[in-house]
Amino acid sequence: MKAAVITFPGSNCDRDLAVAFEGVGAQVTRVWHKDTALPAGTDIVGIPGGFSFGDYLRCGAIAARSPIARAITDFASGGGHVLGICNGFQVLVEMGLLPGALLRNANLKYICKPVTLRVETAGSGFTAGYAPGAQITVPIAHHDGNYTADPETLARLQGDGRVAFRYVDNPNGSAADIAGILSENRRVLGMMPHPERAFSAVHGGTDGRAMFEGLISAFAPA
Amino acid sequence: MKLRVFVTLKPGVLDPQGEAVRHALGALGFEGVNGVRQGKMIELDLAETDADKAQQQADEMCQKLLANTVIESYRVEMA
Repeated sequence: MKAAVITFPGSNCDRDLAVAFEGVGAQVTRVWHKDTALPAGTDIVGIPGGFSFGDYLRCGAIAARSPIARAITDFASGGGHVLGICNGFQVLVEMGLLPGALLRNANLKYICKPVTLRVETAGSGFTAGYAPGAQITVPIAHHDGNYTADPETLARLQGDGRVAFRYVDNPNGSAADIAGILSENRRVLGMMPHPERAFSAVHGGTDGRAMFEGLISAFAPA
Repeated sequence: MKLRVFVTLKPGVLDPQGEAVRHALGALGFEGVNGVRQGKMIELDLAETDADKAQQQADEMCQKLLANTVIESYRVEMA
């Protein structure tokens, strides 16, 4: 599996994400936001957490208009896998690759703590490593993770099984307890929690690891 | 040509910051504040001298970047 991890000015989880991909045997290339193309043969793009462009204007808004964003849109329309974590999720909704928007947390606080998530579907490369209904503990660290979408979009996401993860105890006010959603073709995942920060025992938990292992299996030669 | 862009949350989109401001106003003794909605104002200084064209440019800027039309609406006026 060849992974491309994007770095914007202000990204701060790019290395963590690269280390997680490498930890399951992926070949990782680091890509700068001013690059206009992804490395040849890229299987999956990782958009990391952080505060791209200082969260100016809106979280993820400026990153979503950077030169590499166009290449990512083309990659996704061609059926490529894209994983956006935290600020990466905000970038994906700003790019229009996922529906809805992420508002300021309902309690107005930056929340940094481990949370329990329920895996709502195993039907994607990202979640294939989990049993549906499994509860996992993964950290969150965000100020703007309050997912919102119009009622039709929410109904469609839920009806099509595109909610990948739900919060068991909703920390931020997200509609329908949504922590992560899939694109229509189930190859783009955006999520606020950080699986790459629950990867090795030194993180205090390894529940995020199965996401990367599931992806590796999805790309394993048949 | 100078223009002002006002970006505000659409009706129905919860505004936690506006709510916090409303509570704070109440705590200061301002009674009868039924609602507060917070938005942003962006000043543009454009090289364009034709008012209609400047308005059009600003509109396109709002669509492409300045507003997230999923949750926000915008209004452009001459400064």
